[in-house]
Amino acid sequence: MNIHEYQAKELLKSYGVPVPPGEVVYSERAAARVAEDLGGSRWVVKAQVHAGGRGKGGGVKLADAPERVAELADQMIGSTLVTAQTGPAGQRVSRVLVERGARIDREFYLALTVDRGSQRIVVVASAEGGIDIEDVAATTPDAIHTEYVDPGVGLLDFQCRKVATAIGLGGRAASFTRLLKRIYRLFRDKDCLLLEINPFIVTEDGDMVALDAKMQFDDNALFRQGEVAELRDFDEEDPKEVEATGHGLNYIALDGSVGCIVNGAGLAMATMDAIGVHGGRPANFLDVGGGASPEKVANAFRIVLKDPNVRAILVNIFAGINRCDWIAQGVVQATRDQRIDVPVIVRLAGTNVEEGRRILSQTGLELIQADDLDDAAVKAVAASAGTSA
Amino acid sequence: MSVFVDRDSRVVLQGFTGTHATFHAQEAMEFGTQIVGGVTPGRGGTTHLGLPVFDNVADAVLETGATVSGIFVPPQVAVDGLYEAIEAGIDVAVIIADGVPVQDMVRTKRYLAGRSTTIIGPNSPGIITPGRCKVGIMPSHIYSPGRIGVVSRSGTLNYEAVSQMTKLGLGQSTCVGIGGDPVNGTDFRAVLEAFENDDDTDVVVMIGEIGGRQEVEAAAWAAQYMSKPLVCFIAGVSAPRGRRMGHAGAVISGDSDTATAKLDAIEELGHRVVRNPADIGDTVLRAVKEIG
Repeated sequence: MNIHEYQAKELLKSYGVPVPPGEVVYSERAAARVAEDLGGSRWVVKAQVHAGGRGKGGGVKLADAPERVAELADQMIGSTLVTAQTGPAGQRVSRVLVERGARIDREFYLALTVDRGSQRIVVVASAEGGIDIEDVAATTPDAIHTEYVDPGVGLLDFQCRKVATAIGLGGRAASFTRLLKRIYRLFRDKDCLLLEINPFIVTEDGDMVALDAKMQFDDNALFRQGEVAELRDFDEEDPKEVEATGHGLNYIALDGSVGCIVNGAGLAMATMDAIGVHGGRPANFLDVGGGASPEKVANAFRIVLKDPNVRAILVNIFAGINRCDWIAQGVVQATRDQRIDVPVIVRLAGTNVEEGRRILSQTGLELIQADDLDDAAVKAVAASAGTSA
Repeated sequence: MSVFVDRDSRVVLQGFTGTHATFHAQEAMEFGTQIVGGVTPGRGGTTHLGLPVFDNVADAVLETGATVSGIFVPPQVAVDGLYEAIEAGIDVAVIIADGVPVQDMVRTKRYLAGRSTTIIGPNSPGIITPGRCKVGIMPSHIYSPGRIGVVSRSGTLNYEAVSQMTKLGLGQSTCVGIGGDPVNGTDFRAVLEAFENDDDTDVVVMIGEIGGRQEVEAAAWAAQYMSKPLVCFIAGVSAPRGRRMGHAGAVISGDSDTATAKLDAIEELGHRVVRNPADIGDTVLRAVKEIG
């Protein structure tokens, strides 16, 4: 789960990590008022969307008067921001963060993440702030310093000092250590997957400040992170995906024309790949999960059919704890509940497969049955192109 | 011989009296698995499915000589069950739950240092040695005894691959589901090593997916140390960047963890790679024929 920058900054602030003075607003009037309250002579207006790349997309702008702050807020709120990460459709902006402009002396990159290779929390830092860390890792890996945290003892002072020295803050190691340990505690307490401060700055006055912040949380831990879960912004997510989650389905919209209904994440990906092998493109990823009831399958059909690009639907089920007869009943129910104008290809295998096939063949529905994964993919791609395999 | 579990494995199930464990215990026993009892806190001293129930894993180990534990408890408490199994000296702990917090696994792996338990999972379909032992939720009827070792992250993709092999007459020595989470108990490399050392395994199939570098690292290890042929498939060639594809660990975060990048790297290392998921069985058959 991702949150907005202003929410991440509030969390950092609550752990004693300095962030620029500012406030999130939903209107131009509030924007001007906040700018006046903050004081100073320079402000930043930042569109609050989860996607990165806001600066280049025109979502971060400087203002030198409260009137200009209001003007920028007015332009951004209600607009659609397109960045490298939003895709061409962009993301609607409903709120902006107004902050007092910082006087930057030096910029750094600072992040904590769970590293899969070492299976540890790692601190990643670089003296080059405001950069794309992947680019730095690819071109000048020596410019990145990494510390691995032993979960038995947590982040240690000497490690923080090493980070400070590596990024040129050795002279201020003591105060940097205090800050970094607070950031680590936040990361650990809230079950973060990623906490990125880019840039982390030293101001002309010598203060260390988190100028930007991005936080990502472990969905699996939300059951014990009630406060974090409340920060979820459903407007940032595809409404079909939100609805699917409500039905216990895992759905991700893609841009092809073959709708997919599959059980298991691995098989769902492999089904998409098989469609690709035969020259088609999947319209979505959809995992109905284990123990799929007929209702769940019917809901899956409804969500897949909301995508106007879908020209055919491929149901691929390899039942382990699932049962093919339940899935078949779900398919039948779905076709009863709603009009399905596209060809449906069904491949069933595993537990109770014979019963499942019998149910499907007795319904009189125009279903295309497939024998195996390859056959299913070939038939689905042909059907989506309007030809028969 | 097989790997991790065999006919002589003495299995207990944690969460024994729950619906899932009960269902899968019955299936596993029909399959020949030696289930010797189970654990449900507060139900110690009773019996379930004709087997003794214990309050904790330590008691179960003491009374039954259990060596393997199948952890069938919800994800919120699964790691606690795992600690308990490790502390009780269980050799192989299989953790089925999908939804274990990743930082819990980070701490568990640290706790494991200096202890000898092998953890399979979490988010795993389990482990099966066809005809001899099953600890997990896979449909046992699609498996058949043989000499192919299979290791995968995904459950259903494991079933798909196995059914392709079984249709071609290729049975399996052991099938291990290491799970779809970013931090897992046993990684691909460790399973490859076990298969390399197993007299009952001739060819090994590794079924990975997008995210992380584990498959490539395992393949690199295999290129250097493995004498048996390795066949690899990586799911998610068509997956978009930055999206978690169902499994907590299935997310592309850089150029190196796309399916295509992994497949290319593994091919470069000299292993057989499968580009079409429908060709897994055929590719394994070719590998088997080549070694005679």
